Amino acid sequence: MRAYLLFAGKRFLQLLAVIFCGISATFLVTHLSPIDPVEQVLGRLSARSNLSPDAIAATRAALTELYGTNQPILQQYFNFWARLLRGDLGPSLLAFPTPSMDLVARALPWTLGLLATSTLFTFIVGNLMGALAGYRPDNPFFRAFGLLSIAIQPIPYYVVAFILLIIFGYYLPILPTNGGFGMDVRPGWTPQFIVSLLQHAILPAASLVLVGFGGWFLGMRALVSNIINDDYVTYAELAGVDRRTVVGSYVIRNAMLPQLTALAMTLGGVFSGTIITEEVFNYPGMGSLLIDAVNYGDYSLVLAVATVSITAVAGAIFIVDLLYPLLDPRIRAE
Amino acid sequence: MISVFRDLIRYNIEFTIGLVLVGLVVAFAALSFISPVDPSLIYLAVPDQPPSAQHWFGTNSRGQDLFWQLSAAFRNSLIFGLTVAVLSRIISITVGLAAGYLGGWVDRVLMFINDIFVSVPIFPILVLFYFVLRSDLDTFTLALIMACLGWPFDARLIRSVARGLKHREFTRHAVFAGMSTRKVLLEEHLPYVMPIVFATFMNNMLWSMALEVTLAVLGFTNLNHPTMGTVLYWSNQHSAIVVGVWWWVVIPVVLIVITFLGLFLLAMSMNEYIDPRSRLRRMGV
Repeated sequence: MRAYLLFAGKRFLQLLAVIFCGISATFLVTHLSPIDPVEQVLGRLSARSNLSPDAIAATRAALTELYGTNQPILQQYFNFWARLLRGDLGPSLLAFPTPSMDLVARALPWTLGLLATSTLFTFIVGNLMGALAGYRPDNPFFRAFGLLSIAIQPIPYYVVAFILLIIFGYYLPILPTNGGFGMDVRPGWTPQFIVSLLQHAILPAASLVLVGFGGWFLGMRALVSNIINDDYVTYAELAGVDRRTVVGSYVIRNAMLPQLTALAMTLGGVFSGTIITEEVFNYPGMGSLLIDAVNYGDYSLVLAVATVSITAVAGAIFIVDLLYPLLDPRIRAE
Repeated sequence: MISVFRDLIRYNIEFTIGLVLVGLVVAFAALSFISPVDPSLIYLAVPDQPPSAQHWFGTNSRGQDLFWQLSAAFRNSLIFGLTVAVLSRIISITVGLAAGYLGGWVDRVLMFINDIFVSVPIFPILVLFYFVLRSDLDTFTLALIMACLGWPFDARLIRSVARGLKHREFTRHAVFAGMSTRKVLLEEHLPYVMPIVFATFMNNMLWSMALEVTLAVLGFTNLNHPTMGTVLYWSNQHSAIVVGVWWWVVIPVVLIVITFLGLFLLAMSMNEYIDPRSRLRRMGV
């Protein structure tokens, strides 16, 4: 137990370092660039309405105050952290004057819900199918499945989502392809809303599952086909251990460990995939928010989305890493 | 090297299929060197013509011949993928070999940095770069940024091999013979990690080209530079499917799928070849 706590403590320090470095990089990229956020905002504002020179000067002063761009870069960096720890990254331009953190907080549950369900589903089903396919390499059903995974897995997230959109948007319009829930339902925990919510989640989730599935299936199949030649599996089979026990406790249990590490390592990529999928299906999550913010030139919202997503992904990887030793009795025993 | 190739073709149908698919795409992309039209110009042909004898892949709504447009786009995308893969391989080999061979605090520091890079979600960072650089973000800059983000997985893989090599007899001989660290790494250890480098090379190309497609489709790259992604971006901008110009969407998508499938098959069969257990099983020994 002490060893585990020591491991968790070390891992936690690393989590803090990851978040610190990631957010510092975000700050550096945005602040060392030649583009001045104040001028960007002013450009946006004056393009939309007629402002008197005095009003422009006043707005410029207010915005300079807000972004603190008149201070030295180091001072700005400390201010940035101070504001971030208070959870205040300034108002968004996209929905002025809503604080950008509020918009992020509104979008986060959508992305988390989509990401968590589709990742868990792909991970569990992909690994189970992969294990069975590795255990029975000559089964025609699993062979066909393997070919299918090989064919779909390398296609970029965007293209898969796009193909689904074309099929279900134009040729076979049976599923909604736009938004997080129907226009005609009121948000709330009513049956209509939940049905609408699930219907709208099917296509985005399906595209994530389609792309993610093959990796787990193929990885697990390769792992299992190596494990079934190991002595302890042959011995268990010869000793007459029940087939199901052999697959469940001997084969999958051992093949699971590298797959769990792989899960931690791919979470960042899956998050990127979710962002893209959301944009294709206009899902109201972090991805759509980020892209709207970039297109609108919304400085504080882009920073807010980037910092929150870095923290969220690093946190998720941390949790998966903490699970790992719990599944490995060798580490638990120490 | 040639015997490895022969073995792969003889025993591994996936490798052969992958080789054929990638070969087709490369040949198609290479045609752009003899292209009669400049792919950056628009309104050179009658817009919205379906595939015909004159325009094999039809023309798009911007008045470009889609055959030559796609040929140039795939050349640019492949070059982009190659650039990212070569640059990031240099970083991952350096970090992996150094961390594995030197060990100690060098290893700890390098792997700490490595873990940070693994945990940071790359897509928001790339979007951030576009957000601040805008039109300054040309293809080479993007390739450079992606190469700086795309090395950590493979560095870890190379490190694990290099750690094993460190305690082998020949390393000790080389050190006693007075070889410098740099020479040991480059001349003794590098050949051992080369198979991994080749397999991860393909995977890295897949990764970077997929990200490029995504960024371009969202409009976050240089849109006047034809690539796989920008072709799709422009077809989306002109609502090609709705207007009925299906060939502007279907042909690029099919070609993209062929490219990724081919590269993936190559990477997969090489990975399998590196693992002696699965190689022997396939050869039926």
